[in-house]
Amino acid sequence: MDRSNLIPAAKFCSHHQVEVTFIRRLQEYELVQVVLIEEEPYLPEEELPEVEKLMRLHYDLNINMEGLDAVRHLLRRTESLQREVQRLRNQLDALR
Amino acid sequence: MAQFIDYYKVLGIDKNASEKEVKKAYRKLARKYHPDLNPDDKEAQRKFQQVNEAHEVLSDPEKRKKYDKYGKDWQHAEAFEQAEQQQRQQQGGFGGQRTYGGGSGFEGFSEGEFSDFFESMFGRQAGGRGGYRRAAFRGQDYEASLQLRLSEVYKTHKRTLTIDGKNIRITIPAGVEHGQTIKIKGYGGPGINGGPKGDLYITFQIDNDTGFRRDGQHLYKTIELDLYTAVLGGEITVDTMDGKVKLKVPPETQNGTQVKLKGKGFPVYKKKGQFGDLFLTYEVKIPTQLSDKEKSLFKELAQAR
Repeated sequence: MDRSNLIPAAKFCSHHQVEVTFIRRLQEYELVQVVLIEEEPYLPEEELPEVEKLMRLHYDLNINMEGLDAVRHLLRRTESLQREVQRLRNQLDALR
Repeated sequence: MAQFIDYYKVLGIDKNASEKEVKKAYRKLARKYHPDLNPDDKEAQRKFQQVNEAHEVLSDPEKRKKYDKYGKDWQHAEAFEQAEQQQRQQQGGFGGQRTYGGGSGFEGFSEGEFSDFFESMFGRQAGGRGGYRRAAFRGQDYEASLQLRLSEVYKTHKRTLTIDGKNIRITIPAGVEHGQTIKIKGYGGPGINGGPKGDLYITFQIDNDTGFRRDGQHLYKTIELDLYTAVLGGEITVDTMDGKVKLKVPPETQNGTQVKLKGKGFPVYKKKGQFGDLFLTYEVKIPTQLSDKEKSLFKELAQAR
């Protein structure tokens, strides 16, 4: 298996000074995609910004796993609406 | 010159607030201004840093004690402490040496740093005491709109954009669509506390300057066909995106007939060498202002059927 874009969860956790169980819990709640190789969890590189965001929300604001799921859902909706507003503004500007 | 910051005011609490009240106020404001909950909001980021700093001082008994002791006279804190130390030494006491970081002269907060006030009072290394994790944040995402002509996006080409005062040369792949947004990783705002840079999102506004109607990778066009070519057949020349093409029109071609020119459509986005099709619809033009001779010949034709 190609491991070039996989980061060992242990390395990630050690870098950010968080428990490896945090990644396991994110996985349990299906908040991140974790790849298991020989029973060791790995994080795909493209998942890192999302995992870091969830980590900050969890540790800075004490948001539990259920809360992270809800926050993530609402943030995605907000982002999508903001993009839609931007797109409509651009269209409006082009019409002026 | 660094300015005094009222940390109690920042957290909206009384000077006699208990540790529990400090924590409660901090959590409430941190939830409100957390950069992950307020993406692309610089004001929220600034307030979050202020709240963090206020918490850093007021939740640490030693820092709070010092802050409360000197308050607005913080600039003289070092002199006071030195005087106190000398007095203790003269009296045979033992005082610890303290280190203060020098202010840079920049007022207020800057991204990723504690304020100069904080650093002057507690030293540059004072932030992030045992177990305190300073969060690193991704930089702000930038959004830009780019106006292009349809004929331009037929081929992959490079463009230079000016974003935030910097010139960025980007490759626009052939086949991008109107309203499509592409992400250019790492071309957004700078990260905070060593966080990665944000991304740049470019939305394309494409004006159709061709005679074709585009639907994804396929192109459509209506071609006028004179009656005689439609009835008797012949050869016509039509324009495509990559030049002129000769077409054979079979005899007795009906009005509204559609022909497909395979691979003469638009490039498929990010699939090099793949193209959609061009669909041509024939619109047979009936001749007008007929001469007497033409009318008579048409009558003859009509009677022959």
